[in-house]
Amino acid sequence: MSKRHHVTTTINGEESDFLCEPRQSLLEVLRDVLKLTGAKEGCNDGNCGACSVLVDGVLVDSCCVLGVEAEGKQIDTIEGMAVNGELHPLQKAFLEETGMQCGICTPGFLMSSKALLEKNPQPDEAEIRHWLAGNLCRCTGYDKIIRAVQRAANEMAGEKV
Amino acid sequence: MTTMDKKAEDLRVVGTRPVRPDGADKVTGRARFGDDIHLNNMLHGKMLRSPHAHAVIKSIDTSKAEAMPGVRAVICGKDFPVIEHKMVAQGEAGLADMRDISDNCMAKDKVLYDGHAVAAVAADNPHVAEEAVKLIEVEYELLPPLMNVRASMADDAPQVHEHSFPGAFIAPTEAHIANASRIHMANGDIEKGFAEADHIVEREFNTETYHQGYIESHITTVDWDSNDNLTLWTSTQGQFEIRDNLADVLEIPIGNVKVIPMEVGGAFGGKDRIYLDPVAALLSKKAAQPVKMAMRRDEVIRATGPSPGAHIKVKMGVKADGTIIAADYHLAYEAGAYAGGPIFLGVVSSTSRYNIPNLQVNGFDVIVNKPKTRPYRAPGAPQALFAVEQVIDELASLIDMDPVDFRIKNLTRSGDILLPGFPLAPLDTEALLQSVKAHPHYTAPLEGENRGRGVSYTMWFNLGAITSARLSVNPDGTVHMSSSNPDMSGTRMTLAMQAAEALGIDVAEFSANVPDSDSIGFAMPTVGSRTTYSTGIVVIEAAAEVLAEMSKRAAMIWEVEPDSVSVADGVFSSGDKSITFKELAHRMLDTGGPITVHKTGSPQSFIPAVAAHIVDVEVDVETGKVEILRYTAFQDVGKAVHPDYVEGQIQGSVVQGIGMALNEEYFYDDEGRLKNASLLDYRMPTSLDVPMIEAVILESPNPAHPYGVRGCGEISIIPPASALANAIHDAVGVRMDSMPMSPHKVCAAINNKS
Amino acid sequence: MHEFDYVVAENLTEATKLLSDHKGSARILAGGTDLLVIMRNGRRQAKLVIDAKKIPELTDLSLNDEGLSIGAAVTCRQIWENTELAGDYPAIIDSASLIGGIQVQGRATIGGNLCNAAPSADAIPTLIAYGAIAHIQNSDGQRQVPVEEICQAPGQTSLSEDEILVKLTIAKPVAHSGAKFLRFIPRNEMDIAVVNVASMVELDSEGKSFLKARIAMGSVAPTPLFVKAAGDSLAGKEVNDESIKAAALIAREAATPITDMRGTIEHRKQLVEVLTVRTLNAAVARAKGEQS
Repeated sequence: MSKRHHVTTTINGEESDFLCEPRQSLLEVLRDVLKLTGAKEGCNDGNCGACSVLVDGVLVDSCCVLGVEAEGKQIDTIEGMAVNGELHPLQKAFLEETGMQCGICTPGFLMSSKALLEKNPQPDEAEIRHWLAGNLCRCTGYDKIIRAVQRAANEMAGEKV
Repeated sequence: MTTMDKKAEDLRVVGTRPVRPDGADKVTGRARFGDDIHLNNMLHGKMLRSPHAHAVIKSIDTSKAEAMPGVRAVICGKDFPVIEHKMVAQGEAGLADMRDISDNCMAKDKVLYDGHAVAAVAADNPHVAEEAVKLIEVEYELLPPLMNVRASMADDAPQVHEHSFPGAFIAPTEAHIANASRIHMANGDIEKGFAEADHIVEREFNTETYHQGYIESHITTVDWDSNDNLTLWTSTQGQFEIRDNLADVLEIPIGNVKVIPMEVGGAFGGKDRIYLDPVAALLSKKAAQPVKMAMRRDEVIRATGPSPGAHIKVKMGVKADGTIIAADYHLAYEAGAYAGGPIFLGVVSSTSRYNIPNLQVNGFDVIVNKPKTRPYRAPGAPQALFAVEQVIDELASLIDMDPVDFRIKNLTRSGDILLPGFPLAPLDTEALLQSVKAHPHYTAPLEGENRGRGVSYTMWFNLGAITSARLSVNPDGTVHMSSSNPDMSGTRMTLAMQAAEALGIDVAEFSANVPDSDSIGFAMPTVGSRTTYSTGIVVIEAAAEVLAEMSKRAAMIWEVEPDSVSVADGVFSSGDKSITFKELAHRMLDTGGPITVHKTGSPQSFIPAVAAHIVDVEVDVETGKVEILRYTAFQDVGKAVHPDYVEGQIQGSVVQGIGMALNEEYFYDDEGRLKNASLLDYRMPTSLDVPMIEAVILESPNPAHPYGVRGCGEISIIPPASALANAIHDAVGVRMDSMPMSPHKVCAAINNKS
Repeated sequence: MHEFDYVVAENLTEATKLLSDHKGSARILAGGTDLLVIMRNGRRQAKLVIDAKKIPELTDLSLNDEGLSIGAAVTCRQIWENTELAGDYPAIIDSASLIGGIQVQGRATIGGNLCNAAPSADAIPTLIAYGAIAHIQNSDGQRQVPVEEICQAPGQTSLSEDEILVKLTIAKPVAHSGAKFLRFIPRNEMDIAVVNVASMVELDSEGKSFLKARIAMGSVAPTPLFVKAAGDSLAGKEVNDESIKAAALIAREAATPITDMRGTIEHRKQLVEVLTVRTLNAAVARAKGEQS
């Protein structure tokens, strides 16, 4: 077995460290080493978005990042989205708009949607569909997911006012 | 006793939209799916799969893999018991031979498709297992592959199986030729019928194999303990199917197997059978450690059950007044590598929605060198409907009749005897089509070049079948509801809502769960749009027993006759005395002990449902690409228990139907190797490929259910392909005889026209 | 996945030394969206993976009077987020915003797209159309090569074992020029190009005639194809449907596609013609300032 690397990183705002083999993806490290199983494996080749996380604020598929690359980075995962038990407006909107069925893609969609609203707080339907095209959902037909993102955007805009 | 049947306007909980109980864990990433189990000392299993579509296994040498550090167990076909041929029921897919199911989990003598499992390794981590798999040496003797139904049905086709089992589905069938069995059904006089026709249309269609495409892979974790008891954590539509199949394949007592159903990350029909489970079990036994196996995405596509490709011929005759007078269908469906595809459902769904006095259908279940097909949402229906509803459209235009009026003129109505011989159960078929005509989408102007509108109409039948549920009243008035059917999309909520309705209490008082196979009565899997309907009935019956028992407790407290106690909206009363459900629950333990009701039942099957869709498209005539401009789906669900979920089922079905219609297909090379086993090249719709889907819910009550529920999970996947084909014809004047209607085919059709 | 070692290279000297020491068994990691996938599915092996994202020259994205310089490890997302780039290099934005989804764009690099040398690469035709130059470092120094000379076969480049792509440069476009990249895919996102085409045009000051044009395309040959004859056919011609159609027919003739799960020969040839016409028209519109 090749040498394990000691990686120091920040996960959901807290400093963390772990050992991993170079061949382990960030997704594997999150799920199998750190037991943060919110990010899901759907394809393991960057085509479904179920493993979406933020690395230094940039939305990525964690299956296409090596665990060793997390050294010194800030990683944000679905586990950090609700703060002190208070759901993020997107999480509430996905619940209230039924923006999920089986739920396997939901963490990925939420991370992507959060990244979208941070960049573009009032996206129109076309912008939401474009941004979320890297996240596959097989259950909903996307309709209620799009509405959930719109609802969260409106509610977050309202809060700011 | 209170009567459980309620009028729609009296419903208090059913028809509302509460937030689902499992939702919070799903939006926080805490919900536990199949891959979210990590057991102590757990190994990871990986499979070696055949690169050949059809070959004899001459030898397998596992010695190098066994010698690799970190490898704990290696197995291949010879580690499986040799089991007898045994036909077993497979839910909506009919019957299957248990030995075929075993062989499909791991090949013994022959591999029958690209991706067929050949050997497996359990190791300390998945990477080691995967590297060890590459060290297993297999010698094959190649056989010619049969890659579609026409090749398999050709006179000179080699026989794939030595023993074939005709009758591998619900209807009477017969052995036909070496690689196919046949269902034949007919009424009237087909020749006389065509002789009376003023117009006859005869067309031929081909459709390709496509997959359910659930985002969660197949994943199972098995612990074979020192007492030979097996515990499985798995993502499945049916914990009992997994348990019983596993016991059959491994020849162990059912009593030794416990299956814990995890959250299901999408299934759509494809997760009701064993694949990895016996392999992981044998690895666990050999290594004396728990073993998790998870398929990679390419394995899911290559080696789990897709929906069949088909070759279809349709001939229909119509009279000038719009009466369909005769029809003759030839439906040849892939079964996959083993007999028992959804051909019967193709036959039923293609013949049920119109009254055709002279009707004949020949359905063929055909062995091909592709993975064994499995049900996928309305299995067998979309293929036939793609063909028939296009011919219907053509007939309507031949006689210059509005396509919806033409359908209304010919549709079957409640009580009409359908081709298989049973009458159509109560359902307002005309109301559905009238609502299509009355909808603004149908009459909205559609301007612009190369734009067109299409409609399609379909009928489907929902299952009842064996199911179980338990209600346990807690001393604080809350209720635990356990149901036997894994929840694929919100059925814990829709069942709790029905229980709340029946008990007269708030749905927030419920905690709903799906127990392991030791902890609740048997059920058929979550298939056939059945759970909210079928398990709903059992839940309502259990609620009635709970109320009856609680009435007795109230009578005991008040010292009155139990018959004098009535209950309404969660309040028990007798004379001037009354007590709430909650107050009575507080008294439960000192009035006779816990109140727990476990019910099983087998509600009626073949509950009809109908749907009709309208779609507008724009075709890029230079590239062949079809853009969907507007989509409206009408569906009769009997009663929408949770309208948000019903809309979600309709919208999800439509988008899956769009995927199969336009792009999704298995693409094999000449040697029978699958070339597009990834989510990059198996092209499921993204959010950018579809518009908002308007769902129009109709509610003609199902008399077999106390609240009129029919079930809603499948039917709307059927019409999109034919509605889109009809819209493409309306837009650019070409008929699409091949599905998927991918851009190169649309382009070729346009070029051939001009 | 097979075992490998991982090292972060801090500078070009270290990277080229590691490459040269490992004699072909080391791979450069930039975005990883191709490398990790092909290593995982066994199409590529490596004993050492060299992370190049800390090398300053590879992460530099600069725009000045001389032109554009894109470090080999600059991500697609960094490119489309750079609003200054859109004015002079809109086709670069076209490409960068079409590669994968947002997640992939956050990692994938234009340099990696070139070095992966896929026939369908969405950045390469654009780079060729713009006349981009690849700057390649080896132990002896740097060499400069036109992008169209990089790809040799599917997955194979003209870089030798000890060489690393440093950056891509594009000269500042002249006045009255414009470029456009289009690809055809069956879906609207997340697909490999069935065909892609990039066209760059320079017009006279009136916008009436072509002075020069460069056309390149992908998924129609073992490597992305520079169709010099198609672009040259436009030089001195009037801007009209006829001249554009003629160029598109030359491009169509130059295409030698195959039939596979992504498209058929016939369809691909037709798409070459269609996309060439469409990209030329859009490039002309951009040259005239009519379209962003």
